Amino acid sequence: MENLTLEGSAKTPTVNFDCENGVLELKGRSIPENSIEFYKPLNDWIDAYAASPKPNTIVDVKLEYFNTSSSKCILDLFKQLEKLNAGNTEVKVNWYFEEDDEDMEEAGEDYQAIIDLPFKMIEVEEI
Amino acid sequence: MHVVRVDKVYEIYKQLEEKNVLLSFKGMITSELLTTILQIMESKMDHIDEKPKVKKKVFNILVECLQNLYHHIDQDDVIHVPLEDKSALLMIAKRENEYEITTGNYMKTQDVPALKDKLELVNSMDKAELKAYYKKVLSEGSLSSKGTAGLGMIDIARKSGEKLDFSFSPINDTTTFFSLAVKIAE
Repeated sequence: MENLTLEGSAKTPTVNFDCENGVLELKGRSIPENSIEFYKPLNDWIDAYAASPKPNTIVDVKLEYFNTSSSKCILDLFKQLEKLNAGNTEVKVNWYFEEDDEDMEEAGEDYQAIIDLPFKMIEVEEI
Repeated sequence: MHVVRVDKVYEIYKQLEEKNVLLSFKGMITSELLTTILQIMESKMDHIDEKPKVKKKVFNILVECLQNLYHHIDQDDVIHVPLEDKSALLMIAKRENEYEITTGNYMKTQDVPALKDKLELVNSMDKAELKAYYKKVLSEGSLSSKGTAGLGMIDIARKSGEKLDFSFSPINDTTTFFSLAVKIAE
């Protein structure tokens, strides 16, 4: 299978889903009016990856902004990974947020409370 | 005949100046316009060296407010009003200690009770209750075909930290004008 690489835009994040290293990165801003269209290929890629995942899967979420339309798609992505975690790969989520960005920190905690995956909250100076 | 009497233009300017309006727009809300407004506001806040924390809050709330307008105007098959009425109003003002985002748009009168209930519910909640309600809707709800999650007002209230000001002005039996004002403290 191939890696999924999408360049970020004013409303969509940079995507680097690397199947060789088992590292899935979302970076930037996710504020499309309708996020379903954008997230569908990401869900499809994870489905394909699920067939032969690496022993360890690292999910790096480095979002500066996301809207409520994306919040639901991000949850669905985590739910997919939650199922994957029960199989033959160990999934870990790194949730990055900028210093003083309590809203983004809280958003990570909200997902952590809903999703049964290990979350690591990582505070950085700039995303 | 001018749209505005030319000797009244200064009055309009003065009003906007006195209210410290950073940006004001009335018209159709398109996806491209959203991108442009967000870019303008980002550069304005960068220009005045706004605190990153405040900048993020204003940006986030603005995204939700604009996308509410965008999705409402999408309902052209339902609301039978002339095309020029399918526009919305957006104003962003900055006072000494706060930003204020004001929006106005037409909506179906039959949808007013549900929206009013939601706004009243959100306004009755404290920070912890809003967080719990957000998580409940996020985990139990599903996206509409337009990609809306039913989370917009909850998210706006959560990030604003202030009560939402709103008003409904009936236009006729089927159409109502909805106005919303959101404050973001510095």
